[in-house]
Amino acid sequence: MPTTAVTDPDTARSAARPGYAISTRGLVKSYRGPDGTTTHAVRGLDLDVLEGETFAFLGPNGAGKSTTLALLCALARPTAGHATVAGADVLSRPDRVRAAVGMLFQHSALDPDLTAEQNLYIHARLYGLRRRHARPRVTEMLETVGLAERRRSPVRTLSGGMRRRLELARGLLHAPRVLFLDEPTTGLDPHARAQVWEHLRLLPDRHGCTLFVTTHYLEEAENCDRLGIIDHGRLVAEGTPGALKAAIGDDRVVLRTDDDVAARQVVGRTAPSGHAVTQDAEGVSLRVPDGSAWIPRLCVALAGHGIAVHAASATPPTLDDVFFHHTGRSIHVPRTHRAPAATEEAP
Amino acid sequence: MTAPARPAPDASATPDDPGGTGTGIGTDREPGTRLRRELRAVHALVHRDLLRLSVQRVHTALMLLQPVLYLFVLGGGLAALIPDSSLGVGYQAYLFPGMLIMTVQAPAIIVGIRLITDRQSGYLRELLMTPVSRSTLLLGSCAGGTLVSTVQGAVLLGLGGAVGLPYDPLLLALLLAALILASFTITALSLLLAVSLDRPEIFQMLLGLVMMPLLFLSGGFFPLANLPGWAHTLSAVNPLAYGVDLLRRCIALRVPHQTTAVGIEWAGRQPPLLLEGGLLLAGGVLALFWAAHRFGRPE
Repeated sequence: MPTTAVTDPDTARSAARPGYAISTRGLVKSYRGPDGTTTHAVRGLDLDVLEGETFAFLGPNGAGKSTTLALLCALARPTAGHATVAGADVLSRPDRVRAAVGMLFQHSALDPDLTAEQNLYIHARLYGLRRRHARPRVTEMLETVGLAERRRSPVRTLSGGMRRRLELARGLLHAPRVLFLDEPTTGLDPHARAQVWEHLRLLPDRHGCTLFVTTHYLEEAENCDRLGIIDHGRLVAEGTPGALKAAIGDDRVVLRTDDDVAARQVVGRTAPSGHAVTQDAEGVSLRVPDGSAWIPRLCVALAGHGIAVHAASATPPTLDDVFFHHTGRSIHVPRTHRAPAATEEAP
Repeated sequence: MTAPARPAPDASATPDDPGGTGTGIGTDREPGTRLRRELRAVHALVHRDLLRLSVQRVHTALMLLQPVLYLFVLGGGLAALIPDSSLGVGYQAYLFPGMLIMTVQAPAIIVGIRLITDRQSGYLRELLMTPVSRSTLLLGSCAGGTLVSTVQGAVLLGLGGAVGLPYDPLLLALLLAALILASFTITALSLLLAVSLDRPEIFQMLLGLVMMPLLFLSGGFFPLANLPGWAHTLSAVNPLAYGVDLLRRCIALRVPHQTTAVGIEWAGRQPPLLLEGGLLLAGGVLALFWAAHRFGRPE
């Protein structure tokens, strides 16, 4: 090989897509249920994440986020399709994928009886670090996440935010090329959340590590380089936060009236056709370009039908609107149903 | 002789070394051969168990207290009632092997319970995320459990003098070997049960249901000879009975006047000592392989 300095076959295979930390084509994962039915958690996912970028992965509950994460870090085997993560194929070299990625699970777990240092040391050894490399690496990571002085504290005495940082340190012990974070800040107070993100932001500069984050906090997604929205097991949107918002264009007009049901009919007739009018607990909402100009016209129309308007607002598109546009759901509405099919809006 | 006593990694690693890196090479990025990496993981899991043992000193002491109480309270009380002639030895000396097995079975069984609680807490998933094969994780748990159980059994072994056992190095070595074997097999069986069940409540319930009869039918508390035929059949498949019998026969080997009533019998005949030990080992190995097979199934 005179020109290319490729040393192992896995790198050679992924060399077709250089610069990508994650690349999937037609990724499918189906589960056979106990009653004989088949659940398609991921159905044909094509995803590309660049090396070194921070990628947010959004989707309603049950959209296939967790399954995708499990496939990408080779915890589960895809039913069809293929995925290359950190230069290795998840099907043929799951061990190589796992050696090159780190994972922060949503409900992460540490051994509560052992100290922070002991937890990290055991994991460093599990990742194959030699004894004399493991000790200094553990110390280094504890310092990185600001837990050096709590190294001898049993994990059960640490606060939630400290545990999260310790888990972050554990995920970084083996200097992964891709770090997966599943809802990394859920359940933390704003201060602890900010601290976790502070550490996350410092990472790519230091290791060139790619971050793949699922989150429910849209302000966190806003700070990512790019984001992808998954629904019903497929990628429905992908791009920078700015580009995704610009693609929607329409403002969101919300009207609170004394009879939202009737108001919805009136607004539907007044507004230009082709713009969705919905009604929920917030009131009646409508997406139109130049929303503030529509408010007086809608108020007049509603007054003509004897409906009083209590409040009206027009807001430029947010990521929540992007999310709603592509999934038909708001990310903030808590879902109790697991099956995506069973989520019709309440009447 | 079993799981914790692995061959030296470097000796066996060289032939399996595909990269030809030899020994002594390995940085954070290239952690040597595959086998060495797996052995490091086994070591890490054993290390975790030892750390937990040292952290949970009170818990460990309480667990050790139970067999000691049995030995001296139950044993002391019944010793006055049971004539030495009926057992061949005093009742406390008779009870001692049973109490050794009782000591090792508790921590060995906890290994299975911990596998289930680790799964529920998510710690198991963290382990599965490491670039280590699932079988290695199971092997590491088994090695750790065997070691911890043996350590606790060894502590009780120190009380042998109190029931009239001589502190003979060869006898102690034999008993320790039998304890390692019994610990290994019980740990492996516990792991097999744990990978087959996914709820700790069911595991606990099953243990409560099964452990008491198993202990009573182990020949640790009273000779099996006086029991009805069905109880003999159960004893013949009871791993605890083999453990107790092994210990008893090791004692009889070195201290002939402590020869007690016959334990395990197949159709009225006592099987050879080595066959008994081999069966116990084979049972443990089989359970461990089966558990690894179940645990290693792809999702």
